[in-house]
Formats: sequence, C-alpha cells, structure tokens
Amino acid sequence: MIAAHDDLHNKLNIEQDQDVKQFLTFFMAEEEYGVDILTVQEIRSWEEITVIPNSPDFVKGVINLRGTIVPIVDLRLRFGIPAIEYGPLTVVIVLKVELENASKIMGIVVDAVSDVYSIAEHEAKAVPHLSDSDNAQYVAGLVNVGEKMVALLDLQKTMDI
Amino acid sequence: MSIDLSQFYEVFFEESFEGLDAMEAELLNLVPGEEDSETINTIFRAAHSIKGGSGTFGFNSVADFTHVLETLLDQIREGSRDLTAEHVNLLLKSVDCLRALLRALQAEQQPDLTEADELRIKFEEILGMRAASKVAEPVQEPLSENSINTFQIDFKPHHHLFKTGNEPLYMISELAELGDLETQAFQDAVPDITDLAPEDCFLSWRFFLTTEKDQSCIEEIFEWVEDDADITITLCGGLFGDEVAVSAAPSTQVETDNKNEKAATKPDAEVKKVSAVKSTTTNTESTSIRVGIDKVDSLINMVGELVITQAMLTQLGEQEITEATIASLQEGLAQLAHNTRDLQESVMRIRMLPISFVFSRFPRLVRDISQKLDKQVELKLLGEQTELDKTVMEKISDPMVHLVRNSLDHGLETVDKRVAAGKNPVGTVTLNAFHQGGNIVIEIMDDGQGLNTTKIREKAIKNGLISEADDLSDNEVNELIFLPGFSTADQVSDLSGRGVGMDVVRRNIEALSGSVEVSSAPGVGSTFTIRLPLTLAILDGQLVRVAEHTYIIPLISIIESLQIDITKVSRVGKDLDVLRLRDEYIPILRLYSIFNHQGAIETLDKTLLVVVESDNQKIGLLVDDLLSQQQVVIKSLEANYQKVDGVSGATILGDGRVSLIVDISGLIKLSGLRKPGSQELIIESKANLEAS
Amino acid sequence: MKRILAVDDSASMRQMVGFTLKKAGFEVTEAKDGSEALNIAKQQGFDAVISDVNMPVMDGITLIRELRSLPNYKFTPLLMLTTESGLDKKSEGKAAGATGWIVKPFNPEQLLAVLKKVIR
Repeated sequence: MIAAHDDLHNKLNIEQDQDVKQFLTFFMAEEEYGVDILTVQEIRSWEEITVIPNSPDFVKGVINLRGTIVPIVDLRLRFGIPAIEYGPLTVVIVLKVELENASKIMGIVVDAVSDVYSIAEHEAKAVPHLSDSDNAQYVAGLVNVGEKMVALLDLQKTMDI
Repeated sequence: MSIDLSQFYEVFFEESFEGLDAMEAELLNLVPGEEDSETINTIFRAAHSIKGGSGTFGFNSVADFTHVLETLLDQIREGSRDLTAEHVNLLLKSVDCLRALLRALQAEQQPDLTEADELRIKFEEILGMRAASKVAEPVQEPLSENSINTFQIDFKPHHHLFKTGNEPLYMISELAELGDLETQAFQDAVPDITDLAPEDCFLSWRFFLTTEKDQSCIEEIFEWVEDDADITITLCGGLFGDEVAVSAAPSTQVETDNKNEKAATKPDAEVKKVSAVKSTTTNTESTSIRVGIDKVDSLINMVGELVITQAMLTQLGEQEITEATIASLQEGLAQLAHNTRDLQESVMRIRMLPISFVFSRFPRLVRDISQKLDKQVELKLLGEQTELDKTVMEKISDPMVHLVRNSLDHGLETVDKRVAAGKNPVGTVTLNAFHQGGNIVIEIMDDGQGLNTTKIREKAIKNGLISEADDLSDNEVNELIFLPGFSTADQVSDLSGRGVGMDVVRRNIEALSGSVEVSSAPGVGSTFTIRLPLTLAILDGQLVRVAEHTYIIPLISIIESLQIDITKVSRVGKDLDVLRLRDEYIPILRLYSIFNHQGAIETLDKTLLVVVESDNQKIGLLVDDLLSQQQVVIKSLEANYQKVDGVSGATILGDGRVSLIVDISGLIKLSGLRKPGSQELIIESKANLEAS
Repeated sequence: MKRILAVDDSASMRQMVGFTLKKAGFEVTEAKDGSEALNIAKQQGFDAVISDVNMPVMDGITLIRELRSLPNYKFTPLLMLTTESGLDKKSEGKAAGATGWIVKPFNPEQLLAVLKKVIR
C-alpha cells in the first residue's frame, strides 16, 4: 500500500515536501485564482438553478447534487466584478468548505477552469493592501507560477456568506 | 494491544438509559410489602448492569453511586431487608440522579455530584455503612522493593481439577512468565494403568520461582484452584538458605510506586475521554435507533423484489424495441414504481417507534405531581403501540408533559371538591393515541372541572386580547388560552410555571407541522387533541407556480384554493388587500412580492388564492397557478446554506430540480402582517371593516 | 482459531468483551442471556465460555451448572464475570462448576491476561 502510494507520488513528480499542496486554478476576469484541490468535490457545467428568495445577489440559488441541496455562489458578484453572460466555458466548482462550526458543500461559478499546480505554501506572499479593492480579504496569498501570478483563495472567508 | 473503550460509550449510555427507564417503570409498579421477586430482580439487574458498565468504561462517579443502590437492592432481593416506601422514593430519585449523571457524561460534561452524594449518604445510612465509611482496600504490598526472591511452591491438585476447566500447564506457563522457574513433577501418585481414571489428575509439582514480583502475583495464578488443590508458597531465604514461611496476612504498609501504578491502570474516562470521542455533539437526542428484525426482513424482501424488477428492465433494454417490448417495459416501470413506493414506506417505518416510549414517562410524572398536589389520580394509557416517527416523538414529549401537568394542576379537582360534586374521588387522566389518515392523534383527557369560560373571558378582556363587545362562543373563548401570556391559574404554581404557557405548547406543536385544540365541558372535563404528521421526513405538498418558480405549500395547512371575487376584496391601510370569504376576512399575501420575484401575475382576478391556516390564523397566498399535488421528501437548506425566511426546507422534484417548501408562519412574520406572537392587526382590521 | 462464547445481558459489555477477544485472535459468539447461550453451546463447540452472572431468563450460575453437566463441556473453561461485591457468588459459581472468575470492572488488557490462565 505505502509503496504504491510512494510510486504514485514519484510518477507525478511531486516533491515529498509536506509544504507542497496542489491547487486547482481558474480564471475570472483575466485573473487566475487557486483553491486547494483537496477541497474540490467536482466540476460541473452551469445548469438551471432554483432561486432562493431574498438572498444576496451573489447567491445564485441552489442545485440538486445527487440528493443534496447545494448553494451556488457567483464569484464575480461575490468579488464585485461585473457579471458576464454565462457561456459554454462557465463552470461550477463544487467545494467542501470548512466553516467555523460546520463543513458545507457549496459551489462557485467561475469563468473557466485553468490548471493544477503544485505550490509550496511558503512561496505564497501576503497580499498587498490595495486601496481600490476589498477583495484582498478573500485572498490568502499570492504565488508566481512561471510568468503568471495566482491568487490563492481563503475559502473560509470567501464562502462565509 | 490497546483498545479504545470510547467506541462502546454510546451503546453503554443507550442501554443504561433503557435500564433506568425499566427501573423506573418497575419501581412505580412496586407496592411495598407485596413486591414480587421478579420485579425486584429486574430492578437489581438494571442497577447491576449500569454499575458494571460504568466501572468498566471508567465512569467512576456513576459506578460508585450505583454501588450503594445495588447493595440495598441485593439485600432486598435476598430477603434480608424489607422494602419500604422510603426505599422506593429514594430509588426513584436515584433513577433521576443517574439519568442526569449519565446525560452529563454523554455530553462530555463534568457531572454535578451534589445530589448523588446526598442520596448516597441516605443509602449508606439505611445500610448502616456510615460509620465504617470507606473501607480501605487492603493493598498487597511487595515484600521489599525491587528485591529478587525465590519462592518454593508446592502444588498438588485434587483429582477433579480438570473437571473445573483449569489446566495446570497454563498455570505453569504463567508462573514461568513471572521469572526463572525450576519445575519438579511428582508422578508417584499416578496409579497403575488398570486403575487409572483417565479424567483425573494425579500429578503434583514443586516449583522454585526466582522473581522480583511479590507473592500476591503467584497467589493470583492459583486463585481459581485454591479449593481444588493443596498449595503452599514459601519464601526461600536466598543466600542463607533459611526457609521463611510467608503468612497470608498483609505485611507492613509501605508507600511504593506500585500502588500508584495500580491506580493508573484503572481507566478513568471521566478525566481523559474528551480527546477520545469522535463527534462533539452535546445534545442528548440519541443518534442511533433500534429496529425490529421484522422491519429489516421486510426491507430485505423489498430490495430483493427491486433487484428482480431491475434485472427484468435491464433485459428488456437489451432487446430490440418492438410493440411487445414497449408493453412489457411499461409493465416493468409500473412494477418499479410499485417497488419503490413499498421500499420508501418500509424505510420510513424504520424510524417509527411505538408512542409507549413517550407514554412511559407519565406514570412517574403523574405519581409525583399528584403527591405534591395531594390529589388522587389514575392514569390510563391507550393506544401505546401506535407508531410515530422518532424525531417527532422526541419533540412531542415536552408539550405533552406540559399538557398533562396542566390537567393535573388546573383540570382535576381536589378530593374534597370531587366528593362534593358527587364524582369519584379518584380523578382520571387518559392519554390516547391513534392514527387518523396520515396523522397521529394524541388525546389528553381529564375528568376534571373543565375550562372555566367565564374566567378565561374576564382574563382575556383584562389582558386586552378581546374587547367586552366581542361575542365569542365557548369554543372561541377556550381557544384564547393558546394566546401568548395567557394563564388562568389564580396563583402561579411551580408546576405550571410562569412564562411557559399554552402558547408555547401550541408553537412547539406547530413547529412539528401539527396542531392542538381543546374541547371542554364544565364539570365533565377537558380534552386536548394533538394532531401530528407521522413523519417529518415526508410531506404532502401542493406545488404552486409563482412567476417561473415552483414552490410547495404543505397540504396540511391548506384550507381551500379559490379564484378571487374582486368585489369582495377591500383594501386596508396602505397596501393590504383583504378578501371577505363567507363571514371571515382573509388577508391576501402576494407571494411574488414577499419573495421579490419579477414577472408574476399581479391582477387579483387572474390569479389563484390558496387559503392556508397557521398559528390559528387564516391567510390567502396569491399564486399564479396550482400545479400537482405530491409527496415530497424534505431536505435541509441549512445543511449547506442557511435558514431562509419564509422557507422551511427544500425538496427535489421528479425532474431533478430543487423546489422550496413554503413556511406559512414564517411568511406571516416576513409580510409584517403581525408582530410575532400577537393577533392584534387581524382583529383590528376586522373591526375596521365591520365599521365601514 | 479458538472459539469463545461471551454471554452478557449488557450490550456494551458484550461488545467490549467480544471486540477485545476478536482483536486477540479468538472467534467469538455472543449471547444475551443464559438460556440463549445454552442453546448455542449445545449446537456448537466452544473452547471457553465467559458469562455474566446476573442476567434475565437464565442467570450465569445456572448456565455454568447446565454447561458443566454436558459431556462436551466437562473440561471446558467456564469463566464468570462478577463484581467485587459478589464474593459469595464466587464460591456459588465454583460449586456450579465454574473454572474461575473475572472481577468487574476490568479493562481489555486485564481480560486477556486472565484468560491466559485457561486458554492459549
């Protein structure tokens, strides 16, 4: 068992470093964001949704995920980025979020998924406080992957709705 | 090998609570002087099991307390002590006390031992144990610390030793584990083969054991065969060769580490278990359920049928589609629907338990309260086998307790009054449960004085709930007791309590999608009738359309659905429309407006009105269209999202879409139609309309 | 694999004893009272029986007496679980044919240690 596990790790060429985590990244308004891949339950295409009355605009509604009622949050609206029409690339990433006293299954709507990166957490830099954005609070850190910069999301804050 | 005992805690708690329930029930049946031995035995066994389990699992406070209880019961059981009424009362108190201790431990809280200690002192007084108090356990001390001694052990088993199931070989192996062992076997007692009884033991042994362990370890090995063998253990004097006989009396007490070790091996879960337990739920609603084997068997049967149907459908699916296969396909699908429905019913039945689980707490309650009030009461339980969903059952218990207390306190008269009225001095309270349609009905009846309508009316006027001018029927007056803050007791007794009134009872029952009503006749008695859905997991719903959204209204709340006759609609205040329906005024709530949906029909005469009732108040919900009626499985919105005002839950429709279930009383609050807990606005608007 | 019959009316004790013995490599059958145990014991053979004393229907002492009288259980270790207050139970048990006793409360390690005296 353990040997097979190690093999798998070697094949994937993942450093054995404890610090390294895999992140699923996605695009939103040309920016790339990342979430810990272990929190990702599944990726779905956008589908018809049941609206929840009197909910904040970024809560699009709820869907049926194999018998469980799962709320869906539009991350653009959550971050105050202007909405766009959903298209064929629009996806819903279903996440398991550990909130203060419960773990909840929730979905986020993003423009498109991008890639999976192995990122050592110590490489992440703190977010500079930009005056023009309140969204810094939702970002746990910034990392450079090659030429690109990826913002790692603080899911607890992002999904505490 | 280490075994995590915490995995057995939940089973232990559950069986202990069951044991306490049984103890309580049996105790209530006891009449001192005419108790039968089986009843006492059952009570004893329950206490005994709780003691054994709590000791084993490290709940020492419970074990210590149960010990005195058990000792007393043992004496009664053996006939060396007569049971008195005082014993029964003390034992009943102990049941409560143990329940509290166990609940605290179950919730991983430090139990409050004040009451247990008080009760224990009382028991110890009865048992005459006070003076001796705690008998110090004689602790076997080692001869000398860390010294190595040699013991000579002579072991001569009696012939019958094998027939006790003991095996000298294993004992010798045990000895060998204690240190260096030299063994001599004596065969001289073995008879000639012709006389040899094959099942008897003829061998004997002499051992020299050099060990740092003390004598008690050796004695322990032979503990079980003390009476089945001649055993002598002597300490050899080591270097000097003197033989010193060791007496059985404990040697001088020396404080050593050994003693501490002994204490440490006793599991003390009360101190350390917090880290060991998986979930941190603190509520005491049990999380497991006992299911009768017949229910499981019927489930297995249904799954069997389901598998057969599925196999048949698969086979059909592999064939070429012809007219004939379509017919059998339809047949198969019908069969599948049938199987699924049966299976659903069976699964739901798993959650159903007989209401006797709730009823069983009342004999005690009635006994205690009637004693306190000095009234004579007979409690009758009917329909105890009526089944009810476990969750509903857990939640209906408190409202029922309140109603029964109320009947005892306010309903039943004192013995004097009853005799004066020519009634049986013993009052009767009857609990009756039965099924009616998809509901369970629970009646709480008393043959007391009935509700005093004059008094209720006066009180209601005084509290401003109605006006002098209101002409209410007796029934309408009786209904007033369910309004917030209503209490007719001349003085607030500690039984009815201040603040917790009938309004809370009604609210709790309505929270279970149920209803409660009262009927009463002066001098004859009162009956409270509770109606509850059999289960909280499934609901009969009316699907309605509001703009492009589908909502579900619980069928149980719906009185009627109608097209609005606009000539009967009047506007009250700024924006409230009220429909005159026969002799009632129904406020109209526009669902689309409360839920902020665009694109719904807004003209009253083109829409439909669903008249619903909640909190004893009728309102009309404006919807675009009525769709089908169906049974829906209730899903939680809160599990992954949060509570939504005006919505009690969600469900998944046949096509896989999610639909929200409307919460009527939540809607009323949301609409601002009335302040929570008050009926003012409705009555006011009625008055206004009649004046105009 | 050695087979042990564990008898106790308390489910938690039964589970604890059963679980401990299984982990130690025994095959365990559980029974909830003496009468159930006796029926099982008559149909299958066991290398040892561990029984509580106070049980409904048939108590542990009666069970031991009945078992000891069966030819198949003439030499089988029959252990009883007893509390320290039941000292006279020990002699009563011995008289009925018990091999020995295990004093409650006990923990899994103690149970296995004691068991080594009669079954290995």
